[in-house]
Amino acid sequence: MKCDLCDKEAVVHLTQVVNGEMKEVHLCEQHAKEQGIDIHSPISITDILMGLGESKQGIEHQLSPACPRCGMAREEFRKSGRLGCPDCYNTFMAELAVAIKAMHHSSQHVGKIPAREGLQTRIKSQIARLQKDLDAAIAREDYEKAAEIRDQISEARAQAEEQEGGAE
Amino acid sequence: MTLDGLLERHGGWLETGPDEGPVISSRVRLARNLYDTTFPGWASKEVRNRVWNEVVLAFDNVDNNTEFLRWRMDELKPLERELLFERHLISAELAERKSGSGLFVSEDECRAVMVNEEDHIRLQSLQPGLNLQNALEGAEALDNDLEKSLTYAFSSKLGYLTACPSNVGTGMRASVMLHLPGLCLTEEIKPVINAVSKIGLAVRGMWGEGSEAAGHMFQISNQITLGKTELEIISHLDQIVLEVIEHEKNARLRLMESQQIRVHDHIGRAYGILAHAAMMNSNEALDLLSGLRLGTDLGLMPEITRHDIDQLLIQIQPAHLQKAAGATLSPEERDVKRAQLIRKFLDGGVIGNDGNG
Repeated sequence: MKCDLCDKEAVVHLTQVVNGEMKEVHLCEQHAKEQGIDIHSPISITDILMGLGESKQGIEHQLSPACPRCGMAREEFRKSGRLGCPDCYNTFMAELAVAIKAMHHSSQHVGKIPAREGLQTRIKSQIARLQKDLDAAIAREDYEKAAEIRDQISEARAQAEEQEGGAE
Repeated sequence: MTLDGLLERHGGWLETGPDEGPVISSRVRLARNLYDTTFPGWASKEVRNRVWNEVVLAFDNVDNNTEFLRWRMDELKPLERELLFERHLISAELAERKSGSGLFVSEDECRAVMVNEEDHIRLQSLQPGLNLQNALEGAEALDNDLEKSLTYAFSSKLGYLTACPSNVGTGMRASVMLHLPGLCLTEEIKPVINAVSKIGLAVRGMWGEGSEAAGHMFQISNQITLGKTELEIISHLDQIVLEVIEHEKNARLRLMESQQIRVHDHIGRAYGILAHAAMMNSNEALDLLSGLRLGTDLGLMPEITRHDIDQLLIQIQPAHLQKAAGATLSPEERDVKRAQLIRKFLDGGVIGNDGNG
């Protein structure tokens, strides 16, 4: 994947929420350094939670100072590493996305789903699971299997769109 | 049943289970939070009380035969909270919390739900021996029952939303408690702990920390909760625990082959001190009982069962000793009571004679 700011290979991949929209940022080593991200220093979760958000002035982002649902201040969250309410996950996604990826080496749930969740969630989760299988199939160069899974994914996507259309 | 009733018995998770010996018990814990509700650590008293009431209603709506005992933390005395902590039913954190915090526990103590700890709901299922599959089934069954009445905070991307991002996703922490005297005596425990830590699992001493753990008891648990299914997490843990058990068994074999006399000496001395000491602190008791437990595993102590030792490990803790004595005891008085209790157990004598015998 190429760097967002030049043609070099990107080595840093960040996910941020800008105005409520998830945005991915890819940077080469040089540009990452310019944004204040040193890829050679060991990263601790606390550093990520507390520091990284402040040093990326070069990248456009607007962070609300507190969670609109529960009032937890961004500073408070950075200090404790604990969230105030489920909505804080949206409010603090800029910091959380990086920290969660570092802790769990993943950013997609594939486990149990509450019975009360709708069909939409189930299909989305099925797609996530298939995506994981697809990555594994490609990694072991089993392209026949990969093609099969890819078809299943498009089928599930179509089903999801149909559902969405029906719901509105 | 009352708290006293609970204490007269022992936890069902201390019954005999598969592949015990090195394994004491398996545990699965699920973290759950209510939809659109502030997490306990940040919530007002009113919100925490509302959460407690909602969980009470959810339990009342569960229609099965298991009776759950329930206590709010603010209606328990400090000693009672400590007792529940020593029985692994509540965390130290819950014992400290007041309004809206409480516990539901099945009569056999195999299933428990902490309300308003770090998360609204911390549901645990304990099984004797290596039995993560059963522990998971127990936890999920109760989870399914509760979610008939409760709407959980959930996102299709991040799964179950928890107060700390380290639990997000499945919200599941699976752990196995292990007794590893062979690896400790052969001094091979450090490399094993390091290797296990490197593959995304955590190793903690059950009492004390790391390789200095008292009683040679360790807990191995998963760290990662997101991006894997519950079953994937459990089979990974299961596989690693089986490898650790293999190492432990080999260490015991080697000890018995090359240093049999040293092993006999270790266990015999443990027995001697336990049978005759007049005062004993917790750590010494844990270490010596660990030696005794190894002795029963090696078939050197036919008259003592591992099950009795595991029960004794619970009863020699400070709150249990004070409850049995019916009085608050100073640390020194506890050391005397502890030594007495162990002496009587090894004599096969009747507990209850408070003399010096």
